[in-house]
Amino acid sequence: MNTSKREFLGKTLTAGAGLAVAAFLGSTRAFAAAEDVQKAIEEFAGGKTPGEGVITLNTPEIAENGNSVPVSVSVESPMTEDDYVESVMILAEGNPSAQVATFHFTPASGEAVASTRMRLAKTQNVLAVAKMSNGDVFSATNNIKVTIGGCGG
Amino acid sequence: MNRKLLTVLLGATGLCSMISWVAFADPSEGPLFIDGEIEMITRAPSAEGHPLPEVISGWHYRTQSTQALEADSFENPGMLAVEVGESLWNTVEGTEGKSCASCHDDAAESMSAVGASYPKWDAASGKPINVEQRINMCRVDNMGAEAYPFDKGGQKPLTAYIKHQALGKPVSLDLQQGEMQQWWERGKEMYYKRTGQLDLSCATCHENNNGKYIRADHLSQGNVNGFPTYRLKQSALVSLHNRFRGCIRDTRAEFPAAFSDELMALEVYTTWRSQGLSVETPAVRQ
Amino acid sequence: MAAKPRVKVPKSAAAGDIITLKTLISHKMESGQRKDGDGNVIPRDIINKFTCTFNGQPVFSCDLDPAVSANPYFEFKAKINEAGTFTFTWVDDAGDVIETTQDIALK
Repeated sequence: MNTSKREFLGKTLTAGAGLAVAAFLGSTRAFAAAEDVQKAIEEFAGGKTPGEGVITLNTPEIAENGNSVPVSVSVESPMTEDDYVESVMILAEGNPSAQVATFHFTPASGEAVASTRMRLAKTQNVLAVAKMSNGDVFSATNNIKVTIGGCGG
Repeated sequence: MNRKLLTVLLGATGLCSMISWVAFADPSEGPLFIDGEIEMITRAPSAEGHPLPEVISGWHYRTQSTQALEADSFENPGMLAVEVGESLWNTVEGTEGKSCASCHDDAAESMSAVGASYPKWDAASGKPINVEQRINMCRVDNMGAEAYPFDKGGQKPLTAYIKHQALGKPVSLDLQQGEMQQWWERGKEMYYKRTGQLDLSCATCHENNNGKYIRADHLSQGNVNGFPTYRLKQSALVSLHNRFRGCIRDTRAEFPAAFSDELMALEVYTTWRSQGLSVETPAVRQ
Repeated sequence: MAAKPRVKVPKSAAAGDIITLKTLISHKMESGQRKDGDGNVIPRDIINKFTCTFNGQPVFSCDLDPAVSANPYFEFKAKINEAGTFTFTWVDDAGDVIETTQDIALK
């Protein structure tokens, strides 16, 4: 590639592309390594391997801006004093740091359902891991495509 | 391919080359109801002489989750600023001991049509003025307070609060006032004039290519009925003149000052193009 | 002028009802990963904890990391057995606490 083309592309990317998540990134940090994600799950799950099902993770297939991506979780549970969902941890594999948020429920929650909005640095997998009061752990994973717009701010 | 030729081609077509001529998506279906109650006119027959057959709100060009954010006035983060605007409306400032409410009482009544009818002709200055400038005139002349600098102080939240009072009302513009017609002509000229290193006009994207994608951005008609708009990219309210400047900057051109004659002419012209659509302030966009 | 936090709680509910609560607060959620024009890192400044209690008892809480969007929004549930008061609390990195309350009646 010759210099002028590289320069042109560089300028175009800067001026025109406006990475959707530039405000969030703007850093030289690497993305969360797979082992960081694994470590976070192990700590949260107390060493247990998460099972399938029980937890539902809702996210859009495509996010037109990585600055605000809706995420909601719902866990099947009677939510009684003896049997309830304690926590749900949200992780984003492709972010500079994988942790997004951890919800904590109680029997007074009635249902283990919660929503928030998150920042995603790029197209990636998002995980939700639920920990029950008896120590059981369940997880779900969704892929979200984060688009890079043509128009800067 | 010859590298030099490739470079020249890339340079010449610029941002245009990013417009995908293949990918095309229809604007998504409405209707848009705010809180399931207030129906927004998001598609309207265009004014006489308008180059497009139908004016379509930018809301239709957004993804479902962005659309949902605007449809719920609790979840719409722009409403946080509208609430700030409400408290500013009732705050006494300046040497005269007045707030906006001192003269205009309940904004729900006194401002119910304002957001749908600006810019208006100002005979004293011999120019069109927008809501931001009208607020500043009130602050200086009637309140004895300082004018808000562009996008600073209470300008965005107070403008959003005032325009929000007209939520749902169709935008209309009176070109019969003063010299508004001349300013419309001037704005039209700006709209179609190619500018910047990328050689783009407003019309290149918003008239000729709306509905297509520029990289991953779904191009809208560029209507102005939702400003100030909550933009996810900035996670904050964005004023119309800020967006004008951002758009022009993206063509890699020098951009005019906010509220300059150039951008006021463009506001007059683009408001004319947006006529018939409901005021959506604060709209939510990407 | 800072915006007040917004909370949405039904005015009343029947005993045993599970209701939906929504909250929205104005905060830039500075991630600590951005740099300013001079290349200096802008220090992290986020809300790191949100708590909701009902008549003093915990209902729902959240630990927030910098990946939560600016102007944090939450939606969650609560089971109502009696009339009372919800207390919503947000704590930021500086230790500042914002609190608001909302009453609910029994139908």
